[in-house]
Amino acid sequence: MQFPLQADDIAQAIDRLAAQIRERHPATETLALIGIRSRGDEVAERLCNVLAEDDREILFGTLDISLYRDDFEHLHTNPKLQGSDVDFPLEDTTVILVDDVLFTGRTIRAALDALSDYGRPGKVELAVLIDRGHREMPIQADFVGISLATERLDHVLVSLEGTDGEDKVEMIPHA
Amino acid sequence: MLRKDLLDIHSLTREEIISLLDQATPFKEIFTRSVKKVPALKGKSVLMLFYEPSTRTHSSFEVAAKRLSADVTNFDVPSSSVTKGESVRETIETLQAMRTDYIIVRHPRSGQPAAIAKMTNACVINAGDGAHAHPTQALLDAFTLREIHPELEGKKILIIGDILHSRVARSTTEIFLRLGAKVAWLAPGSLLPQYPPAGVTCFTDYETAMRWEPCALYLLRVQMERQDVQYFPSLREYHKVFGITEARLKRIAGEGIHIMHPGPVNRGVELCDAVMDYPLSLINQQVENGIAIRMSVLYSLKAGH
Repeated sequence: MQFPLQADDIAQAIDRLAAQIRERHPATETLALIGIRSRGDEVAERLCNVLAEDDREILFGTLDISLYRDDFEHLHTNPKLQGSDVDFPLEDTTVILVDDVLFTGRTIRAALDALSDYGRPGKVELAVLIDRGHREMPIQADFVGISLATERLDHVLVSLEGTDGEDKVEMIPHA
Repeated sequence: MLRKDLLDIHSLTREEIISLLDQATPFKEIFTRSVKKVPALKGKSVLMLFYEPSTRTHSSFEVAAKRLSADVTNFDVPSSSVTKGESVRETIETLQAMRTDYIIVRHPRSGQPAAIAKMTNACVINAGDGAHAHPTQALLDAFTLREIHPELEGKKILIIGDILHSRVARSTTEIFLRLGAKVAWLAPGSLLPQYPPAGVTCFTDYETAMRWEPCALYLLRVQMERQDVQYFPSLREYHKVFGITEARLKRIAGEGIHIMHPGPVNRGVELCDAVMDYPLSLINQQVENGIAIRMSVLYSLKAGH
């Protein structure tokens, strides 16, 4: 894989995610895509745009997991809150949580906790643009755009048009 | 925000004020969810140290702390060893040994919370000290009016009542001025400070003050407990001269003027009964927003700074 990944690679990854989701969920099914801020919300939004071509009902929400982190003790200042927006009932809905990078799994653990405070979804699945491995929790993605083989201390930096001004994925190996 | 304590509005930077206000919005959003609680302060302990009676501020802080999952302990001053002559320092040393993370202090003596902040590693929040400051009240007032007027720059707020003895007036005036709003005071001459801060216009007559064209009237509570000295002839006369009477309410309704009050309201003194149904009253929003603002403050302070 040629780094940095460009806009085309990211668009293809989104298409792959959409294809995997379509395979599991026929267009008659209502889906709720909830993106984890920041950048997961933008991935979710793009996924929504692709899936909307199927003429299916899609709900869209965003989740800020800052208040559910497990590392407050280690932070110098608490993270700046961006707020969540889930304005539909979760009862009996199929929720697909969306994030940009799946790494330790701790963010997803926090997101599952946050989600359950909004209600009890029928089912929760996980879609990620990039899975870079090195889990510290028993969490796996249902849908993966790109799988990257990385070392634990490498940095994977995702930039997205709407959040950062350009689409790019950089891999910075640990020195 | 790199800060251990919140003691007054004066010591905050403009960026810190804006950050505390902005962060309150996501906390307010939590109140509409099925679970009105987040785990951010799980395992932290909050101690309420009130040397002066308070129902609203006390319960607002308590609800805020609980919605952040902190454990709340009330250090019940009237029934404690303080009445047996224990000094504030001894009390704080005891609390220090309990490893409390936050101390919420209300004290009749100005400056006592600041003194306590120096004695302890815990985060100290001033919940009102003497005639000095009431910073969380000021923050919730600014947050509430910002919901109506997102840009406070140039907006005019008229504060009416016992300015002289009021920590609310001091803190709330300061925050509005810092956010670019204009503030004027209206009170009997006996209840106006001799030296108002720069930029504050003083009025002693209601009609003259209204010609200044405020967008909001902020009524202060007449502190019955402080009326051992007679600052004005009678409560009835106060209502007629400085209160929002029914006739005045009708007039300000036509002009789209909002009403604020820190509570509890002395009905028939600052405000007539009809204000309770006044559609432009922000009094209930102030109470709800008080919880969100106090969550924002608890979340933003951090020991070790």
